[in-house]
Amino acid sequence: MTNNSIRVALAGNPNVGKTTIFNALTGAKQHVGNWPGVTVEKKTGSKKYNGYEIQFVDLPGTYSLTAYSIDEVIARDYIVEEKPDVVVHIVDATNLERNLYLTTQLMELGARIVIALNMSDLAENRGDKIDTKKMEKFLEIPVVKTVATKGIGIDQLLDTVIKEAKKGPHHEHMIGYGDDIEEKINQMENILEGDITLSKKYPSRWLSVKLLEGDDEALKKIEGSPVLDQVKNILSTINKEEYEAVMADKRYEAIDVIVPQVASRHDEKMTASDMIDRVFTHKYFGIPIFFALMWAAFELTFTFSVPFMDILDSAFAWLAGALADNVKPDWFGSLLGDGIVGGVGFVLVFIPPIFILFLLLAILEDSGYLARAAFIMDRLMTKIGLHGRSFVPMLMGFGCNVPAIMATRTIEDKNDRLTTILVNPFMSCGARLPVYVLFAGAFFGRQAGTVIFSIYVLGIVAAILTAKLLRSTLLKGDPAPFIMELPPYRVPTAKAATIHMWQRGSMYLKKAGTVILLGAIMIWTLATFPWGVEYGSEDSYAGKLGKVLEPLVAPLGFDWRIAVALLFGFVAKEIVIGALGVLYGLGEDAEEANISDSVEADPKIFALNSLGLMVFTLLYMPCIATVGIIKKETGSWKWMLFAIAYGIILAWTAAFLIFQVGSGLGYD
Amino acid sequence: MSETTLNVLEPGSKAKVIRIKGKGATRKRILDMGIVTGVEIEIIKRAPLKDPVEFKVKGYNLSMRQREAGLVVVQPLEV
Repeated sequence: MTNNSIRVALAGNPNVGKTTIFNALTGAKQHVGNWPGVTVEKKTGSKKYNGYEIQFVDLPGTYSLTAYSIDEVIARDYIVEEKPDVVVHIVDATNLERNLYLTTQLMELGARIVIALNMSDLAENRGDKIDTKKMEKFLEIPVVKTVATKGIGIDQLLDTVIKEAKKGPHHEHMIGYGDDIEEKINQMENILEGDITLSKKYPSRWLSVKLLEGDDEALKKIEGSPVLDQVKNILSTINKEEYEAVMADKRYEAIDVIVPQVASRHDEKMTASDMIDRVFTHKYFGIPIFFALMWAAFELTFTFSVPFMDILDSAFAWLAGALADNVKPDWFGSLLGDGIVGGVGFVLVFIPPIFILFLLLAILEDSGYLARAAFIMDRLMTKIGLHGRSFVPMLMGFGCNVPAIMATRTIEDKNDRLTTILVNPFMSCGARLPVYVLFAGAFFGRQAGTVIFSIYVLGIVAAILTAKLLRSTLLKGDPAPFIMELPPYRVPTAKAATIHMWQRGSMYLKKAGTVILLGAIMIWTLATFPWGVEYGSEDSYAGKLGKVLEPLVAPLGFDWRIAVALLFGFVAKEIVIGALGVLYGLGEDAEEANISDSVEADPKIFALNSLGLMVFTLLYMPCIATVGIIKKETGSWKWMLFAIAYGIILAWTAAFLIFQVGSGLGYD
Repeated sequence: MSETTLNVLEPGSKAKVIRIKGKGATRKRILDMGIVTGVEIEIIKRAPLKDPVEFKVKGYNLSMRQREAGLVVVQPLEV
């Protein structure tokens, strides 16, 4: 603690109301970013209280502090290396045993801890009695009862944090691991203390315990230390797997001694939550209920948001037109209107579905249902190399891939998450539908519906095959274990859900927005220059590019116009139609019916290659917004480029087969 | 009754944990979630598609796939 500024880290299990406490502590003063090098959300915030400036960091929710999970490594490295003045450990009062397991590990880290005994109202309502005074005595940690959803106990928590921060660093430990292990811990501590810099940096008991548990990250911390060989000597004498199990046993044993003395538990045979669960995960009704809820969420997200999207769309179109017509010189007006405002508008049009989707996801998550959805769908998703939690993002992909990919953050395992992101674009989004409607309507008459449906199915098949392919090549490895808490059902609070929605939504605006805007300006440049040509016409750079690309798409039965239209489709796939409109000289505002007539009248487009074009539109590189979000969420240019290249190759191959095989069989 | 693994038990039955097989992250995660030697665990239900399975342990509800449950060596208890 320096002057009057205090640094506080928030730690705790998932589903204990950590976010609600964080919100109650910091109010609106929050910043959401990522932890360095990984796409794990890092939330920070601050609060002025009684003359103190308190800085809060919300650590990822974890059950333990092992080296096996990125969340856990982040949490413990922050505590060990950044040494916050106080760690506020949020404990679920209705589930002391499992929550205190984390406490035992936080204590070993040498952190000064304050326990926020959250949801204490729920515990009391069901008849539990928790003696916080006794708990403080046993643990030697101050305990504050809180009900974060109602703001109860927050001021006491802040007072306690300030009081504890003044006490300075803390070095206590609670768990005895039994004579044999304690002896090894002692030996290890003595060795580690031979390295002064090391023992200054890390609590030596903690490091000893971790080394004996076979923790690889801990071993990395002593690389290059003069005591490394001695440490390895000791490690070679023990069975680390046995130690790992015994240490977990001992921690729970210690908790089993404490809990009965501080709390009287009132275990109901059948809680309300259990009863709700009997319905939602019912043998026969569970799946229909799941699909009904998903359908409702989908409808709300994508149907409800359409009028808002239309309003935004027309507003920006009007503004873009006004700027392009009235600002001089002409090229500047066009850049402002068609390029920048058009691009910004394109980013902003996505706001309604994204905000609604995140609101619904927050509600589903906070109510406890999202965990059940994963529970219900896991079997099916595992078969195709994905995870139970992949289902919701995949379904949302039929609406728009951008929020769908952002929704993959609920998937813990890196490979599961990456696979879900990379196959998501094959779920045919709403923007691709107008393209299918146009071509299927023009060339397939009464079969149009069947054709469109088959395209959707083809997308699902492509997603499944790609997932399987990725899982057996680039993202090989055993399937991540599925060991998931099913938290009790709770009524979500409006405040938590809206904050969540706002944070995710604004993240999209800031990060994906810049990439999308750059892409839109790039396309505008290609379509506008050389100066003086008609926007996007044969003489523009885009048109010339189309001519250059023509030989590449000729084997698919596409001419240069289609090449240009597909190029523009990168901005947004529905633009494929608008671009064709421009190329047929109908102007950008051409009615769909007009384009349909022109397309039908064009001898270069017929049933066979229009089918290829629909398939190509389905599979080829994701639109700019999706590409931007893939870059953002994978944190990697490599995977972004992979998504683009893989999509193009797959689309080309599929369209090639359709055209060549179809022609060979005599279709046209 | 003799030793068996958690995945073969039917919903409604209870068992006492003897040890956890396997190694690495999965085993550690199982231990961290409170499935340690001597703990009593109840099989609540299977998911509609039979896998994963829901358990009650240390007063909370946990789900695991059959695959993970197969690592937990238990002694069935009379209900």
